[in-house]
Parts: sequence; structure tokens; C-alpha cells
Amino acid sequence: MSTRPAIGQPISRLEGHMKVTGAAKYAGEYNVPGLLYGYVINSTITKGKIISFNTEAAKALPGVIEIFTHENRPSLAWFDLSYADMDAPPGSPFRPLYNAEVSSNGQPIGLVVAETFELARYAATLMEIQYEEESFRVDLKENLAEAHTPSIGMATMLKPPPPKPKGDFEEAFANSYAQVSAEYFHGTEHHNPMELFATTTIYEGDGKLTIYDKTQGTINSQLYVGNIFGLHFKDVRVISPYVGGAFGSGLRPQYQLFLSVMAALELKRPVRVTLDRSQMFTFGHRPQTVQYTRFGTDEYGKIIAMNHKAIGETSKNEDYTENVVNWANMLYASKNTLMQYELVDLDVFSPLDMRAPGGSTGSHAIESTMDELSYKLKIDPMQLRLINYSEKDDSLGRPYSSKELRQCYLQGAERFGWAERNPEPRSMRRGNKLIGYGMATGIWEANHLPARAEAIIDSEGKLQVSSAVTDIGTGMMTIMAQIAADELGLPVEDVAISYGDSKMPFAPIQGGSFTTSTIGSAIKAAGKALRKKLFKKAKDMDSSIFSSMDIEDVAFRDGKISVKDSPALSVSFKEIVAANKGKAIKTINFSVPKFFKLKKYSRAAHSAVFVEVEVDEQLGVINVTRAVTAVAAGRIINPKTARSQILGGMVWSVSKALREETITDYRLGKYMNQNLGEYHIPVHADIHDMDVIFVEEKDENVNELGTKGVGEIGLVGMPPAIANAVYHATGKRINQFPIHFDSLL
Amino acid sequence: MNNFSYIKANDLPTAFGHVRLGDAAKYIAGGTNLIDLMKYNLTKASSLVDINHLVGNHDIEELPDGGLRLGAFVRNAATAYHPLVEERYPLLSRAILAGASAQIRNMATNGGNLLQRTRCYYFYDANTPCNKREPGSGCSAILGYNRIMAILGTSESCIAVFPSDMCVALAALDAVVNISGEDGERSLAFADFHRLPGDTPELDNNLKPGEIITSIDIPQKGFARNYSYLKLRDRNSYAFALVSVATGLELENGLIKDARIALGGVAHKPWRVKEAEDFLKEKEPSAENFAQAAEIILFGAKVFEYNSFKVELAKRAIVRNCMMALNPESQLPGAQPSA
Repeated sequence: MSTRPAIGQPISRLEGHMKVTGAAKYAGEYNVPGLLYGYVINSTITKGKIISFNTEAAKALPGVIEIFTHENRPSLAWFDLSYADMDAPPGSPFRPLYNAEVSSNGQPIGLVVAETFELARYAATLMEIQYEEESFRVDLKENLAEAHTPSIGMATMLKPPPPKPKGDFEEAFANSYAQVSAEYFHGTEHHNPMELFATTTIYEGDGKLTIYDKTQGTINSQLYVGNIFGLHFKDVRVISPYVGGAFGSGLRPQYQLFLSVMAALELKRPVRVTLDRSQMFTFGHRPQTVQYTRFGTDEYGKIIAMNHKAIGETSKNEDYTENVVNWANMLYASKNTLMQYELVDLDVFSPLDMRAPGGSTGSHAIESTMDELSYKLKIDPMQLRLINYSEKDDSLGRPYSSKELRQCYLQGAERFGWAERNPEPRSMRRGNKLIGYGMATGIWEANHLPARAEAIIDSEGKLQVSSAVTDIGTGMMTIMAQIAADELGLPVEDVAISYGDSKMPFAPIQGGSFTTSTIGSAIKAAGKALRKKLFKKAKDMDSSIFSSMDIEDVAFRDGKISVKDSPALSVSFKEIVAANKGKAIKTINFSVPKFFKLKKYSRAAHSAVFVEVEVDEQLGVINVTRAVTAVAAGRIINPKTARSQILGGMVWSVSKALREETITDYRLGKYMNQNLGEYHIPVHADIHDMDVIFVEEKDENVNELGTKGVGEIGLVGMPPAIANAVYHATGKRINQFPIHFDSLL
Repeated sequence: MNNFSYIKANDLPTAFGHVRLGDAAKYIAGGTNLIDLMKYNLTKASSLVDINHLVGNHDIEELPDGGLRLGAFVRNAATAYHPLVEERYPLLSRAILAGASAQIRNMATNGGNLLQRTRCYYFYDANTPCNKREPGSGCSAILGYNRIMAILGTSESCIAVFPSDMCVALAALDAVVNISGEDGERSLAFADFHRLPGDTPELDNNLKPGEIITSIDIPQKGFARNYSYLKLRDRNSYAFALVSVATGLELENGLIKDARIALGGVAHKPWRVKEAEDFLKEKEPSAENFAQAAEIILFGAKVFEYNSFKVELAKRAIVRNCMMALNPESQLPGAQPSA
């Protein structure tokens, strides 16, 4: 019997058992003899200069080895370029311990290195630091007058500026039949993965380092360290096999990497730096953003004018941007559009991509505005989306590589029971609770980047595949094994995956929902090349049964090459390797997207989300009691891990719409709830019935696998669907996230 | 966290002796709050005197007058699930289970619950002014983000909230706190145990230096027929109350014979107003009367920039909770969806 294709099977994560039993080691868990521990000292002022450090008391503690500050750090690379990483926005990247300047609250300004973590942490409290404080501004809404157009840079490739205006928006809007204009806001949010950021640097001598780092890109960290510390890339090995969540926070090397490496090089000893939970609030975050929309329709509900403007926060040193306003016209056609995006520079650390960056922000405004229009027009909210359904990407005038959003609407509505919705707000009840049904659309781009992969058939006839890519908890390693298994016709058990190591073939940072497409395509290319090579070796064998055949005449199944029409005629991989004098057969391949072909299409995953909320009429308490997300994301490699991705996004949607917020004291210029007791992410009691549908979507254009990625799409549509359901339940439209229940009193 | 010495005390005199000798010696029982405070470097203890092993006060026992004595070292979870507590004082059981997480309740002791410190953001951030942490430095919360802060009994030096749920029920139940010190034993009515901030916000309660809570007595009257605890917060579990209400009602011939209403999340101590409870006596248990009582309870509330909602929320919560007390089986803890 032939091996069943692995793609499409709901295989459990191959490393799952190791993770839940504690056998999987994370970056901060590698122990070596003589390991030293670093604890970071963070600025307690928001802006100004460090006048002096008094390290006497801290240094006097037995077991404190060294205290690094800008005053005694080694000399480092001079140019901004050396500090730029694969995800660096235009501007000047933050340089830890560079000089006496403080530009954000919590900025790392020193590192205590001691024989234990506890000692280092205690010594840090004994430091006396004198500052000269300067005035600062961290409140976006108070500084909107300072908004400016973002600079363009490398990052712009994946985050293009808004599309150019079309038609005459102002005139069309003024003359439209139904109009909605609204303002939206969300404050700062922090990623807060369960695993704290940590780096263990092993000093190997001769300028060589082995670094265990929490990151979404081993090669990104390797290049960063090599450039800044002037080391040969081949001497810097970054390993990150297990990552306890990252959600974008590991897309850029974080400061603990820099500090750990610096200390290890200076002290010529292994050094670990682990951040504590409050320090997880001292680097990248989702930027506070204000949005304005003005949508106008004709009497049939067809949109004729569309204006979406967003003003986001960035730091003073970099122009971090997001795609906030590029989505509306991708989803809904309009002859007159005006899309605007601006930044305000504040005294904060640079923002950083956080799951569905920009997309979840933009959809909040777009899909809430669509909802409001539906009430003005007295058209069912889903019907309004179908009236405005666009088969092509109207913002660029391109066809979609595939788009089964219509099926998402229909199948999602059916599963949810949308037809039972009474269109009147405040019309549905259950006991003393108001019931609301809300829906929204989600969209996320399907990108594909170049990557390499190595594939080897070993002397046992088994397949080994390697890539430098990380697995941040998405199930990447498992789907790599599935894709590779099918390429060679092997069962998944016969595939060994090596990953999360910078010495392995090149992979870009893991994010943007492009990793399955990117690494999957690289594995596919390596598998194809390996098949060719195996076949050639088999042909070259003495009295080969394939001597007069082409590769098209054979099949790869069950660890053998066999004649397509006569499976009994076969040669096993093991025999081929044996004939190759026992030497493993390997290929390493570079897979590059077909950019010219891809340019003809817009490529995106879509979703339709339906939500039921219960709102206590007197007390305002909101619960999301039911939700259905229907997703069209091309071919689903592993329905189990993909479903987990969408469910994770749905839980996060409850968080974003109703729970999480970084509380900022604008007067003090700092974040006040830097712990998971007060930074409210959902608990079990917040999460109720959730369902996921994967709509069938065939896509022969997006990449060879036909996949689109599912990392972000689960968090795009559901937050506005919750806000829309709250409106339907209560008649109150709250355009600020998170919605505090007391705002419904 | 600084280095400290650890001392295990097996009897009270030993414990008193160690705390008297050390400048910054602290007792430790469950440690669920103290360890956090030490990690944040807010409490610097030179030594920790472990009082978990003191002889006595590890049980819940019946008192001759029909009340119950809760040993100070009984864990919160063991108290909430104790058959006598569940049967006679379900209000206390509900309140305890509304607090913290299962893990914390398994560790935290009854005595420690009374002594937990505020969760004010500014108190926890050693780099901001806070009169409770550093007397005379000022209050950051008054002009800061004060959504979670107090609306009753505040002072110009502090608007922090006492975070306990258990204590809201103990206040409603007229509990008595039994205390031992070197000068002997004494008891304090629950209402007299915690303090308002006034101009000494650094003092949370009236425990004297070195004293230990040994037990908490609850009188016979437990309102087991008509009780309810309602907690309103920013997520359904593991969050402190924005407003909570403990209600116990005694009904006779369709009228209220006795009423207890205590609020949490609104002041520096559990908040009870005798006039409101007196107002309800001999009245019908109706939403209108409860609303009147709520007006009396919230009289004099002072709001800040971000917490003005608490006044209306508290009023509505009082009415809802009193109505739920009429039929305890109907209790939806406010935060939960319908079954």
C-alpha cells in the first residue's frame, strides 16, 4: 500500500510531547559550567541624559563580576547599517549602551553580570544613577498636529505606502446617498509571549560564539551580532530550536542578545541574559493609532467614496510603519478613494510588528464603518459586503490569485445561524442579557520570500531536511516534515527535520504569515532536485531497471523508486545509497518566488467572522459566547495546527476587543501595568464556543504549494465583529479598543 | 530582591523574638503577596520568620456561641471548601472563590488575606511618587490613570483600594480578628481592623509591630438563606474587583429583618454603611428599596478623572446583588454568560 499523502493530515506537533513534558529546552535554559548571569538596568526616566553611575555598592557584593554601562562598554560598530536587521524600519536603529542619552522609559542603560541571576538583580537595585531629565511627549492624541509622511526604506517592500487617490473623493462623498464618518482609537499593546526574552552566549574562544537566542530569525540574529561586534559570520552560530511564542516580538534582535554577546566577549565567559516580565514592556509594541473613515454609498449600498486615514505612533529614531489603510479598497471596489497614512514621532521605543500588524488595526475601522453603513442603509451587514464584493483587487486593478471569500461568508453564516438575527439593535434577549450578532471581514496578504533548504537521503533510506527557520510555536517543524514526506513519497516518521540554527540553509525571519509558503517552497524545490538526483543514481546502478526510462516514468513511494505502471519493479532509496558507496545523497536548493508571475496577481487570505455577544443590560458586562471564523487561505497543509493558529487569533481577538491594553501614564511617560496580573489577557472563563471552517480554495498562482499562511488572518476580522455585535446588542457604538464594559452603562 | 535569612518559628514567643530583634524582619505565611513585593524590591526584609509551623490555628472549629473560628493559617481554598463554611457561610465561600486564582488560593492563608497590600500601579512602581510606599513623596494616582482607584474614604494623600474579596464578606459578616503580640492577646472588630488612608496611608491596618493574626471569628449569623457576592472586573477571573458587593439578608414575613451590604474595590477597606442597612430594616426587599440603600452607601463618593463610572456601577451592582440574594440559586456571578 502506498503511503498516504501527509499534506492535509491533522498531524499533532512532532515536538509537542517534548514541550509539555519540559524536555524541550528554551534559550534561557542552556546550562554550561561557569555560566554568568546578566540583569539589565533600565532607565527610570523617559527622556534626558545620564549624568553619572555610582556602581560602588553593587560592585562590592561578592559574586558581582562586572557592570557594563555606556561608560565602559567596548568599542562597537560605528554605522547605523551595522545595527540594521532584516525587519529594521527606515531610520537609525536603537543602539544599547551607546551613549548617555535616554530616549524612552525603560531603555536599557546597563548590565550587571554576576554569578547568579538573583545576585545580579539585587546588585542592579543598588546602582545609584543620576539623570538630567528633559520634557517628553508620549501621547499620540495630544500630538496629532505633528503627523508627517513616513520615510521610505527597505521595510517598505513588504509594507507599501497607501495606494494613490482615485477619482474625486470629496465630491463623491458629498453627493453620496448614505454616509458614515467615524473615528477609532486603540492604545499601546505589548506582545507578551509566555517565554521571556533570553540569550545564552557560549564563548568558544578564537572569536567564536554559540548563541542560544529567543528569536524569530536565527540568521537575522547572526548577521546582527556579526556586524556589530565585527565577527566573521561563520564564527557566530545562533540556535533557537524552541520558541515559546513571539507574535512578532522576535522579528528584530532584542537588546538582551546584544548585552549577552557583549558581556561574553568582554569577559570571555558564557553569559545568559534573561529579561523579566516588566522588561518585556521595554521594547517593541503595537503602536497606538488613531483612524478616521468616511465612506459613502449609492442608494443600493454600493460604495462610491472611501476615505481611510490613520495616524500611528513611532519613535524619534525610526519610522515604523504598518499597512493600515491599504485594505479597504482591496476588499471593496470604489471609484473614488483617498487613503492616508501618517506618523507622529514620540519619546517611546520603536514600535514593532505584533500579530496582524496594521491589518487588525485597519479592519477595526473599515469593518466597523461598514457595519454602521448597513444600519443607515437598512441592509443586512453581510448583504452589504456581498453587494460590494470585489472579484479583483480594486486598489491595484489586479485579479486575485484566488479568492473564496464569498464561500467564507456563506458557509460561516450557515454554521453560525446568521439568518436568525433580528436586524434591530437591542431586539434580542436571553434572560436579563442583551444578545448581539456581529460580523466582519478579514484579509491578510499572502507573501512568499526566497529561502534555501537542504534535503538528504541517508544510508537508512530516510530523509533529512534542514533549514535555519525557527518554529515559534506555529507547528512549522511538523508541516516541514509533511511537505518533505510527500515530495519523496515517505511516511512522516521517516523524515527528520533540523531547524532553528543559523548554520543551516538560509531562511528569512519567521513572520507575516509567509513562512509556510517560503520554507514549504524551498523544501519542495529541494525535494524535486533530490528526486532527480536519486533517479539519476538509480539509473547509473549496474543493470538498472530504469536504464531506458525518464523520471516521468517512475514514482517515488514507500521509500522506493518504482515504475509508475508496475510498482513491483522498484529500487529502494537504501539500495541507491548503498550503490553510491554508502554515501548519503544530498541537495541544497535556493527557491526564489516567481516575481514576474506574482506581480500579475494580488494575493491574500480572507475570512468572514460571525460573533455572538451577551451583554448584561444593567451592568454592561460583555461575554463573547459564540464565534465562527470561516477562512480561505489556499491549501491547508495541516488542519490541526492551522486550526490552532486561527483559534489563537480568535482568543486574541477577544483580548484585543475587550481585554488587553498597556496602560500609559502620559504625564510620567511610562507604562504602568507591566505584569500579567494587570495586563489583562483572556483567561479560560473568558473563552466560550469557538469554531473554525477552512473553505476550500485552490490556488495555482500563489506558489507551488498553493498555500497562503494562517498566522495573522485569525486576528483581523474578529475584533470589529465583536464591536459590531456589542452595537447590535446595546445600540451603543464604542470605537475604542479595548471596550471597557463600564462604557456601556 | 535582597539576601535575607530564613527562620522557622515553632511557637509565638520565638516568632515575636525574631521580629523584635531584626530591623526589617517580616513574618511569612503563604507569601503570595510578600514574595512579589520582595521581587519588586518594594519590601526589603533582612529576615523572614516563617510562621506556617506555629502550633495551633491550622483548623476551622465551631465556637460555643454557634459561630466559627477560622485559623489564621488555614489556606483560603481549604476555608472556601470547608463543609461548615459552605453550609453556614456560603457568602464567605463565594467571596474567597471570586478572588485570585486556584493556585494562589491554595497557598494564601486567611491571616495573610487581611494583610495583602494594594494593587495600585503606582505603589508597585518604585520609581513613581507614592505616599503609601514612601510617605511624603506624593500620590501619583490622583492625577494619573486612576480607573481602578477608590471613590470612597479617600484622602489627599492616597486613593488606593484594598484588593481582597474575602475581606468584603468578612466585613459583611461582622467578623472579629484575634491577634497575639508580646503584650498578650486582643481582638478587633473587622470594621476596626483596616484603616482609611488619611494622612498615614503607609498604614493599611491597626496591627501593631510584631503582632500576628491568629484567627478570625465569625458570629453565628451567616445569612445562608439569602446571600450573594458579585464581583465586576476587567476579565472573568484573575483580576481585581472594580466593584464588588457582598450581601446578606435576613427575611421575616416578607420583610427585611437584617441586611448587610459591604463593597469592595471602592475604598481603602471594605465599605459598609450602617445607615443604609438600617434603612432597609422592616422594608420590602424590592429593587426600589435596594436602590435607595445604594444611594445612601455611595453618598459622598468622590471621583477622579478615569473612575467616575464606579459610582453608577456600584449602585447598580448593589441592587443586582441584593436581588440575587433573594434567590441565591439564581446567582450568575455577573461576569459569566448564561448557562
